[in-house]
Amino acid sequence: MTVEHILFFILAAVAVGGAINLILLSHPIHSALALIVVMVALAAIYLLLGAELLAMVQIIVYAGAIMVLFVFIIMLLNAGLEERTSLSRAATWVGLPCGAILTGILAWRMTISGPGPFAPGAEAADASGALSHMLMTSYVFPFELTSILILVAILGAVVLAKRDF
Amino acid sequence: MSLLDNAWIIPALPLAGAAVNGLLGKRFTKPTVNAVALGSTTLAFLYALAVVNEFSHLPASQIPFTHSYFTWISAGSLSIDFAFAIDQLTVLMLMVVTGVGWLIHIYATGYMAHEEGYYRFFAYLNLFMFFMLVLILGATYPVMFVGWEGVGLCSYLLIGFYFLKKSASDAGKKAFIVNRVGDFGFLLGLFLIFKTFGTLDIHKVVEQAAHLPVETAGAGTLTLIGLLLFVGAAGKSAQVPLYVWLPDAMEGPTPVSALIHAATMVTAGVYMVARSSTIYVHAPMAMRVVAVVGCLTAFLAATIGLVQTDIKRVLAYSTVSQLGYMFLACGVGAFSAGVFHLMTHAFFKALLFLAAGSVIHAMGGEQDMRHMGGLRKPIAGTFWCMFTATLAIAGIPGFSGFFSKDEILWESLSSPYGSRALWLAGVITAILTAFYMFRLIFLTFFGEPRYDEHHVHVHESPKNMLVPLMVLAALSLGGGWMAAPKLFGGTDHFEEFLHPVFAHADEVREHLPASVPESMEHTAMAVTVLGAALGIFVAWFLYLKKPKAADEMEAALSGAHRTLLHKYYVDELYDAVIVHPIQWISTNVFWKVVDTGAIDGAVNGIGYTARDLGYGARTVQSGNGRSYASWLVVGAAAVTVIFLWLGH
Amino acid sequence: MPLPFYAVVLSAILFGLGVMGFVFKRNIITIFMSIELMLNAVNLSFVAFSQMRHLLQGQVFVFFVIVVAAAEAAVGMGIILQVARNRQSLNIERIDLLKL
Repeated sequence: MTVEHILFFILAAVAVGGAINLILLSHPIHSALALIVVMVALAAIYLLLGAELLAMVQIIVYAGAIMVLFVFIIMLLNAGLEERTSLSRAATWVGLPCGAILTGILAWRMTISGPGPFAPGAEAADASGALSHMLMTSYVFPFELTSILILVAILGAVVLAKRDF
Repeated sequence: MSLLDNAWIIPALPLAGAAVNGLLGKRFTKPTVNAVALGSTTLAFLYALAVVNEFSHLPASQIPFTHSYFTWISAGSLSIDFAFAIDQLTVLMLMVVTGVGWLIHIYATGYMAHEEGYYRFFAYLNLFMFFMLVLILGATYPVMFVGWEGVGLCSYLLIGFYFLKKSASDAGKKAFIVNRVGDFGFLLGLFLIFKTFGTLDIHKVVEQAAHLPVETAGAGTLTLIGLLLFVGAAGKSAQVPLYVWLPDAMEGPTPVSALIHAATMVTAGVYMVARSSTIYVHAPMAMRVVAVVGCLTAFLAATIGLVQTDIKRVLAYSTVSQLGYMFLACGVGAFSAGVFHLMTHAFFKALLFLAAGSVIHAMGGEQDMRHMGGLRKPIAGTFWCMFTATLAIAGIPGFSGFFSKDEILWESLSSPYGSRALWLAGVITAILTAFYMFRLIFLTFFGEPRYDEHHVHVHESPKNMLVPLMVLAALSLGGGWMAAPKLFGGTDHFEEFLHPVFAHADEVREHLPASVPESMEHTAMAVTVLGAALGIFVAWFLYLKKPKAADEMEAALSGAHRTLLHKYYVDELYDAVIVHPIQWISTNVFWKVVDTGAIDGAVNGIGYTARDLGYGARTVQSGNGRSYASWLVVGAAAVTVIFLWLGH
Repeated sequence: MPLPFYAVVLSAILFGLGVMGFVFKRNIITIFMSIELMLNAVNLSFVAFSQMRHLLQGQVFVFFVIVVAAAEAAVGMGIILQVARNRQSLNIERIDLLKL
């Protein structure tokens, strides 16, 4: 039980707590804030797992841009408290157990798939650098493609959000 | 290439005539149709004559002359050639069919001159000639069967020629269906022949059968074959119990009745039995059945003919009766006598029908004899021809019918297969025949006219109808002398001519003892002649001397009279026992239950099932976003579980 | 047990919670956020496995997932905007024009 483990469990608890709040809170803005908490916790876990670049990207892009977008929309649309319509009993009694079972199965399967080829001590010292290098060489084509994707998304978003055509 | 090799031309000519007239005849004028139809028939007749001439020069070793044109069916061990075989019997039938057919075609150009569908009639008539010739010339049973079925088809087409008349189309259907029943038996016989002999070539079968033992113990394979083939013959040649179609077939035009139902088609059954003579002599039980059925038919039909009032109906029953005689002859082993009667019958029966047609034509369409009378003077030509034929059929010595009928009666008495009972029944039938034929003559031509002379303008027929009558009358008169029995000092040319064909049958018969001594032949002949005279006398008495006597007799025996008039109610019996039940089953079982219920139900059911499945599946597309989300999750979970389990 | 194992379990839990939110919440935006939660969970598992096997490909994939998620979020927001304007409501049960 190292320090990393303890840190991980605290962060995990924070993430799960945020996720549960996302579901249970009724106002969308509260749910959005809960999601930000989850993302920040996950970024910290990435740091623990040695993915520094990704942790930063997560904070900047995901928590900083995407979630801000979400908050903007909520405020723009004046989303109010969620209406409480009756949830069908069947959904509760079947759905919740099913969800739990699904989660359990996933977890179990993923963990019993063994340690795999664990190359001990082959941890890259400079993970970010290596990652960037890989992005610019082996994966440059998808990289450029995603740029186009973003361009298309921008155009699409602009067109979709226009008030009248 | 000799003429015999090209014997296929004989049937091909009428076929070409039928095709031309059938396809293009609608636009032809009457003379053109005549030219095509008559031309093809005349050419066929002439070519047949030439073939016969060449045949007569053939050495005995080359007979039968077979020529195979192509392999028709080849399947496994079954190989059937489309081949023609010509032997003496074929030659005889060729002459009868083409000759009599030619005369009837000429007659028909006059008789049908005012009818609708002129070209159609001649197309069918030529088509019939084609099939009949294929039947006679066929060297293998299946080729014969092709002709067999074909003539049945043409019979249906021609009987129902006036198809707008319900009785005519019904009669056509009846003929075809009853024939079909017979054909079923024929087919079973063919299957059995193939199974037993491994081939369907007639001469090969006959050769093989000749080596088999005679089945005296009753039912054996050959007996079964003989019986089954006879079922087919009974259908085609109108024997009991499949004769019911022939009287109804009189709905067709008179030339049709003459050609098909007197001279040629109905004789196909006799021809077939004669061809298979070897099989029959090896199966005495089958022969006995043939003889008994023939005799019974002859007697029964004669009794029905006694009281009929329609001139053509009398002749129809007479045909059935005479066909019975032919089968009686075959049944007692006198095959050449049967064929001889076939030939003479073709002459005088065709003549009788054509003359009846002439009478009907003269009377403007009247067919009921009760409305005729005294036609001797106005249509003398027709009268004399018809009278000649009547003398022939009644068995007056000197005429062709006498020689053939007498031969049959003598054989039915003296042959090892014959018996006194058969002979007696035959003699009684002969008496009845003489009676009803002369009744016909007296009612039609003698006595006072019983029609309205102002409305009916009796006129003699034109030349193209009269001349064939005269030719046939000459044949009815002189055609018998070629088979004058040895009694009169003449050599029996006919039997000698046909001897090679029935050689084996005769051989088997030689070994069996005759039932009565030869010396009785004179006595038998005398009995026959006396019987005929008796019949004529009674007819004269009842219808000429004391016309009222006939009506009184009718009233006195009204029950019997009615039964005979209604043909022993056989048609009604068939209707009740066979036709109505089948119709009931068809309607209530096959239509309502099987077709509507099962088949339609199955097909519709598939449709309904598809529709209901669709309805069910449609509920997934509810338009409710959350249900879509739920289905997504369920699907994803299912896929995950499946893959996890598969990867296990 | 090395850390990545627990990370994977956490990823499964977060994914399950995301599914719950996706199915049970009624506000469109909240549903969308649940989808983002699911994506994050998957990212976490990728990073965990990448750490387990010492392969950087996992992290590359996460990179692209984040980019695509961003693009998707932008377009999704546009759609939600239009839908909200049309139906005057953010309740998913009000968006049922394709109902039977």
